Amino acid sequence: MDKLNISLPGLELKNPIMPASGCFGFGREYSQFYDLSILGSIMIKATTAEQRLGNPVPRVAETSSGMLNAIGLQNPGLEKVLSTELSWLEQFDLPVIANVAGSMMEDYVLVAEKISKAKNVNALELNISCPNVKEGGIAFGTDPLTAKELTAKVKAVSEVPVYVKLSPNVSNISEMALAVEEGGADGLTMINTLVGMRLDHKTGKPVIANGTGGLSGPAIKPVALRMVYEVSQVTDLPIIAMGGISSAWDVIDFISAGASAAAVGTANFVNPFICKEIIEELPAILDELGVDHIHDLKGRSWNVGKVANTRA
Amino acid sequence: MIKVEKMKILQQKEIAGNIFELKLQGPLVNEISMPGQFVHIKVNTANDPLLRRPISISSYDKKQQSMTLIYRASGLGTRELTNQADELDVMGPLGSGFPVETVQGQTAVLIGGGIGVPPLYECSKQLKARGMNVVHVLGFESKETVFYESEFKELGPVYITTADGSYGTKGFVTDAVTAFNINADVFYACGPVPMLGAVEKQFDGIPGYISMEQRMGCGIGACLACVCSVNGPELYKKVCTDGPVFRKGELVYG
Ligand SMILES: Cc1cc2nc3c(=O)[nH]c(=O)nc-3n(C[C@H](O)[C@H](O)[C@H](O)COP(=O)(O)OP(=O)(O)OC[C@H]3O[C@@H](n4cnc5c(N)ncnc54)[C@H](O)[C@@H]3O)c2cc1C
Ligand SMILES: Cc1cc2nc3c(=O)[nH]c(=O)nc-3n(C[C@H](O)[C@H](O)[C@H](O)COP(=O)(O)O)c2cc1C
Ligand code: FES
Repeated sequence: MDKLNISLPGLELKNPIMPASGCFGFGREYSQFYDLSILGSIMIKATTAEQRLGNPVPRVAETSSGMLNAIGLQNPGLEKVLSTELSWLEQFDLPVIANVAGSMMEDYVLVAEKISKAKNVNALELNISCPNVKEGGIAFGTDPLTAKELTAKVKAVSEVPVYVKLSPNVSNISEMALAVEEGGADGLTMINTLVGMRLDHKTGKPVIANGTGGLSGPAIKPVALRMVYEVSQVTDLPIIAMGGISSAWDVIDFISAGASAAAVGTANFVNPFICKEIIEELPAILDELGVDHIHDLKGRSWNVGKVANTRA
Repeated sequence: MIKVEKMKILQQKEIAGNIFELKLQGPLVNEISMPGQFVHIKVNTANDPLLRRPISISSYDKKQQSMTLIYRASGLGTRELTNQADELDVMGPLGSGFPVETVQGQTAVLIGGGIGVPPLYECSKQLKARGMNVVHVLGFESKETVFYESEFKELGPVYITTADGSYGTKGFVTDAVTAFNINADVFYACGPVPMLGAVEKQFDGIPGYISMEQRMGCGIGACLACVCSVNGPELYKKVCTDGPVFRKGELVYG
């Protein structure tokens, strides 16, 4: 019996595991290691209307059990992504979630409209939470009214379901989730990176050229878990969770917290086989836990009396 | 093909002040295609340090399936690496290295600074094996950190410089090039970025190859962490896959 298949708006997935945006490029590099068709889905690198060259270097710095990055949404731009990257991905049996970014609302709308027409794009992930660009990105992700408006505008043009990627850099993440739900979002992905810094001991200056960067990796898992736990209990939108996942047990934790699926980011850099290994390890863990399907674990952590375990 | 494998540690020893020579064995070695490629090492199995560390392949022997790395124990990761004795999680070989088969001329000068010296060793061996004369200019901090002088001497003349003057010529590699009037048909350089810029200027008239370094995430071209500025419309290239070795004139020194 299939223990891992799930169905989410726009996405019929073999399993709930996928690489997170920006940590897997457009899949080419990792296709050297395994057949991408085994993945549930792939969240491709943020795509903007025009080519972006990204931030100056150094762009990354390691921290305790984590890393800071300020890549700055470097990508070849919408036309190239459509003509070379998405068409290349068509060789795999792999639904694509396209990460969409921009500086102004019009940029998001333009990219969303065009990229949602691509054959293998089954859903969009609105990146309103990138902490590393001056305009756009996180500016849309920290104000509920703006986030709602942007979601509605993108929904109006998108031909596929729209997931909104939430920023953890807010004081009330549930408020943001409810705002984008009102805006018509079909699902949530969370969390993006936490804004952080590292200083050079000797000079006292930031190690990252951008000054600040986004923190990812195992260090942020407790924060991500708490946020998924909280948001999953106030909205009916399905959640694709990410933040420090580096093992099959981490995935179980996020499903228990209320997520429907899970994405792996930074861990791909450490172990390029990590997504494959997690997919292979999950069935045995489900057996160990005595459940038939991964979704039987959804929301296990919720307060007694609040469990409504019937959602998609 | 890039492999990720547990390589056997044949030997690890300190060969100069804080400089370690690490001999590894495994099928990954069969995949090495040119000198100057590097490997990405997970120094332990813990979450801290989290990321792999890029280290150049200093020399390799396909018959023995072995390779030698030389690294300086400086920060958290490389210090942790000195504690490893049995096996190591290695990804590689990565990047494109120093071309040796296509070069023209009779004499090559190899210029290295500090931990930029190691990949030049295999490069020099292969150039020598192809019948070229090889001249080496190697810069170090001080006498304590000088390594591989005799190994390079077996291949050709060696000029050592130290920043504090405790051994060889006092100053930088470029000072020795001037002092000894070193000429060549092609140059190969690896070391700190300011050194690379100075060397490129000094050898303006001849072709050359420069190995760059940059902080890395994935090491395979996916995360866009490791870019460097280049001349030309793309403005940035990835050190991990487009490099680490670039042709003279490609890099923009900021
Ligand atoms: C292609 C390439 C080849 C290299 N070859 C060698 C070699 O043969 N021998 C050798 O001793 N060193 C080499 N280095 C440098 C080596 O990668 C760093 O010294 C090492 O990563 C430092 O790690 P750490 O944990 O000791 O320092 P930390 O300061 O604790 O490292 C923190 C983070 O910064 C990164 N970092 C720090 N210094 C450097 C640096 N100079 N270059 C790139 N990343 C850095 C680390 O990888 C890590 O992610 C090479 C670097 C590159 C890019
Ligand atoms: C190098 C790097 C680049 C990233 N690029 C993007 C991006 O383009 N778009 C996006 O929505 N998130 C991006 N992220 C955030 C990740 O998708 C993910 O939300 C975050 O890293 C938390 O997951 P992790 O701890 O598993 O890495 C990036 C993260 C890293 C480390
Ligand atoms: S280190 Fe990730 S692209 Fe070079």
